Amino acid sequence: MAASAKTFSRGSRAGVLSGGARRGAREGAVLLAFVLVPFAVEMFWTFWPALNSVYISLTRWDGISPPVFVGADNYLRMWSDETFRTALRNTVMWLVLFGGLSVLGGLALALLLDRPRRGVGVYRAVFFLPVVFSMVVSALVWRMIYQPDGLVNGLLTAVGLEDQTRIWLGDSGTALYALILPALWRQVGYIMVLFLAGLKTVDPLLHEAAKTDGATALERFRYITLPQLRPISTVVLAVTVIDALRSFDIVWALTKGGPYHSSELLSTYQFSTGVLGSQLGYGSALAVVIFLLTVATIVVYLVRSLREEETA
Amino acid sequence: MTPTKAARLRPWLFHTAMGTLAALWLLPLALVLVTSLRTFDDLAARGLASLPTGLTFDSYRQALGAGEWRAIGNSLLITVPVVVATLVLASMAAYALARHRIPFRRTLLLLMLAGNLLPAQLLLIPVLKLTERFGVFDSRIGVIVVLTAVGLGFYTFVLHGFMRGIPHEITQAAKIDGATTFGVYLRIVLPLTKPALAALGSLAFTWTFNDLLWAITLLRDETKLPVTPAILGMQGQYFSSWNVIAAATVLAAIPTVIVFLRFQRYFISGLLIGSAK
Repeated sequence: MAASAKTFSRGSRAGVLSGGARRGAREGAVLLAFVLVPFAVEMFWTFWPALNSVYISLTRWDGISPPVFVGADNYLRMWSDETFRTALRNTVMWLVLFGGLSVLGGLALALLLDRPRRGVGVYRAVFFLPVVFSMVVSALVWRMIYQPDGLVNGLLTAVGLEDQTRIWLGDSGTALYALILPALWRQVGYIMVLFLAGLKTVDPLLHEAAKTDGATALERFRYITLPQLRPISTVVLAVTVIDALRSFDIVWALTKGGPYHSSELLSTYQFSTGVLGSQLGYGSALAVVIFLLTVATIVVYLVRSLREEETA
Repeated sequence: MTPTKAARLRPWLFHTAMGTLAALWLLPLALVLVTSLRTFDDLAARGLASLPTGLTFDSYRQALGAGEWRAIGNSLLITVPVVVATLVLASMAAYALARHRIPFRRTLLLLMLAGNLLPAQLLLIPVLKLTERFGVFDSRIGVIVVLTAVGLGFYTFVLHGFMRGIPHEITQAAKIDGATTFGVYLRIVLPLTKPALAALGSLAFTWTFNDLLWAITLLRDETKLPVTPAILGMQGQYFSSWNVIAAATVLAAIPTVIVFLRFQRYFISGLLIGSAK
């Protein structure tokens, strides 16, 4: 009797549950699909290839016959590879010059255009405009400027500096620097917008108080504006390092790394050897180096700024 | 006396300096526009740095005739599906992760974001091989799938932050009224997320439209190339026909400029929430 009551009650509870459970299970399945489909799609096309790259970097592979495991050979080969050393040096130079100048330029513009004033909106829009263009569009625009009969040489001739004219993109002494200008032209407006957002958080009352206390503009910048910009600076640094180290389009569009590899970056060298060339192993090792360089730069900055915060 | 004089002088100084800088900033664009309206003979005889003798729209006709129509079409055939697929998939993941107590939700979200921060160089070769294996190498489908997949983490992360801000009372009330998980997503969360979707949509459009690296990695057939790599190819074809190259460049920039002007407010806010990553 008791047993039958038990089974009865259990049965009925199970019956009630199964209605809710069925709905719950369906809802759960929907949720699971909502997360897992996008997650799986992304992981399959990012982490899985990235892991594959690490493995491929330990092999010699022409892309057709099966890969041969060679251990760290590809990495050791970099030491004696003249082009790699040039590309690495250029990449560091690019990081310092392109990164540094875009941050300084963007910060300067943001400071100048921060306070509401007549015409400020127009100036901001002008400096921001190139951000919407592709690097390829900027490249073609600047190619015309750098042509032998282009604007730069035309101006130099006009002011009597004819002996300074040259084929800017075809001269191994100037090609890399000539590439930095169009890249800056397109990047500075973006950094400006980031800093403008950071400056919005600076309390104007602080400046007023400091002014009444007799602080100069420079002192106010050093002791009020800069410390308050710290959070956005971290963001700007990460954006700049990532953008600088993956810079590819502008170089590919204008010089393809030439002449004689003088404007080669690690990204363009990786593309020519690994994707266009048939040295998939070496190309993957170069990709791993680019990845490590990005991570290392950001980690160094984070550690430094953490230490500064501790001492501050 | 001195402060008022300085105050009167300052705006003048500010506008002179800023005006000059802004003019310099626009000079390259003006140069391209003018060059695109000149004739080949004029440019060949007098050089790029000279003043034009006459203006014509002929080079635009030439650029469009040389396959730029098709290239812009290709760009849109790739960009529009990428934007739609990105927003659908990212909003689904963001909704599930932000509004439900899914185990490991933080880890899943951070993994997706991390996947997004891997440099493209690290992915190029294996992704190329994967598309070959699936038979989508050298096809627009392949480019669409890859561009959607490698960007998802960032969009999911931003939308996740946005959806967490929606008050729980709203979704709770709908659930009590019998709305399903999918119903809440479609009829309540998505409409409330519209500003973020617009911001991310315009960013995704620009980034996809401007892509060069993935297109030249995954496509070989010239007739399938989107406009960004295609105008690079025209450079070789129209060597020294600077008027045609300039016209092609202007045409390639128009779609992103339209999107920027149309969604300007969202675009900049998108860059800012994006920077919070």
